[in-house]
Amino acid sequence: MSDKEKEKKQGTNISRRSFLKGVGTGTVAATVAPAILVGDSETAEAQTDGAASTAKIQLNINEKLYEIEVEARTTLLTVLRDGIDTGGNSVDLTGAKLICDRGECGGCTVLADGKAVYACMMLAMDAQSKQITTVEGIANGDDLHPVQEAFIQHDAMMCGFCTPGFIVSSVALLNENQKPTIAEIKDSLSGNTCRCGTYPFIFDAVETASEKM
Amino acid sequence: MDKFSYVNASSLKQVTSLLSDSGWGEVMMIAGGTDLLSELKEYIETPKTLINLKTLPGMDSISANASGLKIGALATVADIAKHRTIQQHYTVLAQAAASVATPQIRNVGTLGGNLCQRPRCWYYRDETVNCLKKGGDICYAVDGLSKYHAILGGDPVYIVHPSDIAPALIALNASLKIAGPEGEKTLKVEEFFTLPAANPFRENVLQPNEIVVEVQVPQPKPNTKSFYLKAREKGAPDFALASVAGVFEMMGKTCQTANVVLGGVAPAPWRSAEAETTLTGKMINESVSLKAGAEAVKDAQPLNDNAYKVTLTQNLISRTAMMAVS
Repeated sequence: MSDKEKEKKQGTNISRRSFLKGVGTGTVAATVAPAILVGDSETAEAQTDGAASTAKIQLNINEKLYEIEVEARTTLLTVLRDGIDTGGNSVDLTGAKLICDRGECGGCTVLADGKAVYACMMLAMDAQSKQITTVEGIANGDDLHPVQEAFIQHDAMMCGFCTPGFIVSSVALLNENQKPTIAEIKDSLSGNTCRCGTYPFIFDAVETASEKM
Repeated sequence: MDKFSYVNASSLKQVTSLLSDSGWGEVMMIAGGTDLLSELKEYIETPKTLINLKTLPGMDSISANASGLKIGALATVADIAKHRTIQQHYTVLAQAAASVATPQIRNVGTLGGNLCQRPRCWYYRDETVNCLKKGGDICYAVDGLSKYHAILGGDPVYIVHPSDIAPALIALNASLKIAGPEGEKTLKVEEFFTLPAANPFRENVLQPNEIVVEVQVPQPKPNTKSFYLKAREKGAPDFALASVAGVFEMMGKTCQTANVVLGGVAPAPWRSAEAETTLTGKMINESVSLKAGAEAVKDAQPLNDNAYKVTLTQNLISRTAMMAVS
């Protein structure tokens, strides 16, 4: 059976979490079976010509080091949400959301060396040697980041599913440009989609946050 | 995505020799991956091996001097859009780069990837459709849904080329360096792209064992004005419905030379010799600029759903020309 057929077959055996992950994507079958991670018997494939189909990699996520065995096709987003490190601990950073899985919606936005990127469109292997920051790493302990405070103050969310991505994109903007114009705010958030349409409140929140930074 | 092996590239020689043993599709190159990974996720491509180009040293540099600009193929779209010298002296290029996709994609997408990205046609991108471009018998856009398809140069495949940067580079008379097993060669960016009549399966002349290394852009003369205008369906990031890269050498309100290259309307970036001839040597005003637009689309052959692109393209050209005198 090809991997594709397997993915489709696994679509009939949906757990609550994988169902939730599929919601809003339109294609449940394509999303409930992310690239298989550690523990899959097939990962012990022979490695030839210096080409690796699996590798043990080190990732620096929110200033914590994780050692994880991944397949080459595993995305950073899959590691964040479903990854298990070599010590058997779940990475369990589910702030970045799996929504479109095609680099279009922005729900999975994280920082790579301070720049906003789509975790669904970055291979985990390519995240090595980069400093990855997810929405979980934005606050300083219990002290919320000014962007997070401003989102609360302006009620800049409805369902909240897109909020982590918007927070991360806003932080990326303010790290680079502390006094953005409204046009710059809109451009910097143009890679994130909010189906509830809370954009005006989000733009207000980023303006407020920029005044505090 | 199907499984694949991953090789970190160490030299161009290694890359071209790894590529040489296979035709298209078995061994593929990945840089930013924003286009390739979506093709892999849709099973449009199912390579056995990916060569990671990001580990090639020094290929992401941008250097500018009085004679021109050299941009490594691994420079990101964001690096190009934000580069001060490019914004100042190669405005059309900076504007085109800034119009690409979203900040997240510009931060990882590369120059080489932008030039070599595959078409966005919904038939091509559908795993279940074996269209002409993928070796089938029919371009389904001809009798199917063709809102985003070509109005110029389409026969027999009516995709449009999705790159914003390519029209800007062609309008700036840029060249492109390609490495292959036999060494390096340089050709005009304009000669890099091909129409489906020459090869329905690919959008450029790159061979399976070749790689785009660098783009070279001669510095425009001081009296040059350049612009990139891009029409999208709505304000949000998207591929162009139609776009115009215009580079004009001006003497007062008179256009001494005009380079007009269209995006989003043909299977390759489309230089409009008709618009260029109409504008060259003329005092630019509304009637001249409208005539340039009309000349550019006089041979357009729209499909069922994309006649709007004819008017849109004409007006975009006219607006671009008028910007040179405003």
